[in-house]
Amino acid sequence: MRNAFADEATKLSAEDSRIVLLSGDIGNRLFDKFKGQNGRRFFNCGVAEANMMGVAAGMALSGLRPIIYTITPFTTTRCYEQIRVDACYQNVPVTIVGTGSGLSYADLGPTHHSCEDLAIMRVLPNMTVLAPADEVELRQCLRAALQQEGPVYIRIGKKGEAVTPKKDDHFEIGRSITVKEGSDVCLVSTGILLPIVVKASEILSSQGVNARVESFHTVKPLDEKTIMNVFTDYPVVAVVEEHNKIGGLAGSIAEWLARQAPMKGRLISFGTDDEFMHEVGSQSYARKKYGLTEENIAHQVLAAYKHT
Amino acid sequence: MELEKLQEIASEIRGRIISTSHRTKTPHLGSCLSCVDILVAVYFHSLQIDPKKPRDPERDRFILSKGHGAAALFQVLAMKGFYPESMLDSYGEDGGIFAEHPPTPDHLAGIEAATGSLGHGLPIGLGMALSARIQKQSYKVVALLSDGECNEGSVWEAAMMAAAQKVDNLMVVIDFNKWQATGRSEEILALTPLVDKWRAFGWDACEINGHDMGALVEVLTKEKNSEGKPVAVIAHTVKGKGVSFMEDDNNWHYRIPSKEELVSAHKELGLVK
Repeated sequence: MRNAFADEATKLSAEDSRIVLLSGDIGNRLFDKFKGQNGRRFFNCGVAEANMMGVAAGMALSGLRPIIYTITPFTTTRCYEQIRVDACYQNVPVTIVGTGSGLSYADLGPTHHSCEDLAIMRVLPNMTVLAPADEVELRQCLRAALQQEGPVYIRIGKKGEAVTPKKDDHFEIGRSITVKEGSDVCLVSTGILLPIVVKASEILSSQGVNARVESFHTVKPLDEKTIMNVFTDYPVVAVVEEHNKIGGLAGSIAEWLARQAPMKGRLISFGTDDEFMHEVGSQSYARKKYGLTEENIAHQVLAAYKHT
Repeated sequence: MELEKLQEIASEIRGRIISTSHRTKTPHLGSCLSCVDILVAVYFHSLQIDPKKPRDPERDRFILSKGHGAAALFQVLAMKGFYPESMLDSYGEDGGIFAEHPPTPDHLAGIEAATGSLGHGLPIGLGMALSARIQKQSYKVVALLSDGECNEGSVWEAAMMAAAQKVDNLMVVIDFNKWQATGRSEEILALTPLVDKWRAFGWDACEINGHDMGALVEVLTKEKNSEGKPVAVIAHTVKGKGVSFMEDDNNWHYRIPSKEELVSAHKELGLVK
């Protein structure tokens, strides 16, 4: 995904001279092409993320469209106050990109994990929160983000994420994409777990349960229309995210549900536990530890469905 | 504008700040009074800022990074003509715009950044200064910081990036009044030698008397240095400047003047005929 990000940012910067790229001393060679095309519009801001965020806000206040890029914890928690005040309070068009989100950097330890970012970013007024599933969605997200008049956060993976073919890939911020139709249950995925969610739907299908799959590339603003429809139409709605079960998309939907009259659908959620992962492991190991596998998702959804 | 006239404006602004503090119970009087001369030199002499065109892309930018000096800035902006002085009658009222810190640029003409959380103004100012380079504009950016604000790491992050980028249209002025909220700035975090610190960070740094209008005007209008360095001006100031019983007394960081104190202050400032 990060290669697609660099490529799309380079393309977009050729179309829009307001685009500036700021990186926090990562992406060695990743931005060579961008730098080659727009040397004046690339800044390696060093390992100084609070300043990088403030610089980006100053640029946005001066009519530019800055993108800031580094590993997710450092572009979110590290400079959260600057995001809150400089970008959100002033409501300026800064695009904040966090790479290696969720458990992408499982083997680097909890300093580099990011299972809180959706929660802390979506609570900020004026902030739009995007979590593309793959490089196709990422390119769409980035293009749309740069058209916004306020701040946008985009959480992305690292590299090699599979692209999921979809029934319809029309993109609009705040409108989920239907990956496949289904009549029995609904699986709602946000971010890079989409291929696993699609595989879970295939397992369910083999068990005679027909699952609809939605890709929620936008966490905020919440696509209330789709949520209303799926909780009206399906007895089980499963939300899957590589994020703490607290505060992410499932949390957002639960808040929304609590404000409605009782609905048909039951919400079940898949995410990481409320803990730091102390043992070493790969991303797939970490996903397995937290039940973010197609087998577990299918198993739990099936059990919930049979219970209805 | 002549120096004498600038000094008169400064006294008038000081009087208005003290009146407003008395009337609305707004704190940070000492911090406001220490930076009045700097604000007056900036807005009434040195920077190219037209209140009729507050969003002119070519305007010079001033950022009050020490946002708790807002009560001073609000008076200066009104007198400069960004908004009617009568707007300040609603200072501190429920539903009004004048808080203890500056609002966002979208909410009040003349404000360049919503400061109040310390350590934000210089990074934002650096972004604005770099934007001038990217967009081939010639404006300059001045950020006013307090000495206590230099506790914040983000100030020094920005200082290093500005030097690395050879940003020559950015100036920092430190309102060095030797106090922060609860004590001597030197005792809380070792701050001095401040001028050497900025030089060590790659800036062209100098020290002046921050109440000497002539010195302020000179340094604020100085031509860009030939080495492409950003400029740091360490302005030695007195907290509570202009009123003998407030000067260098840190109680006035939070204290509100009584009616009697207001009258005495106005007398000392030569505002009572």
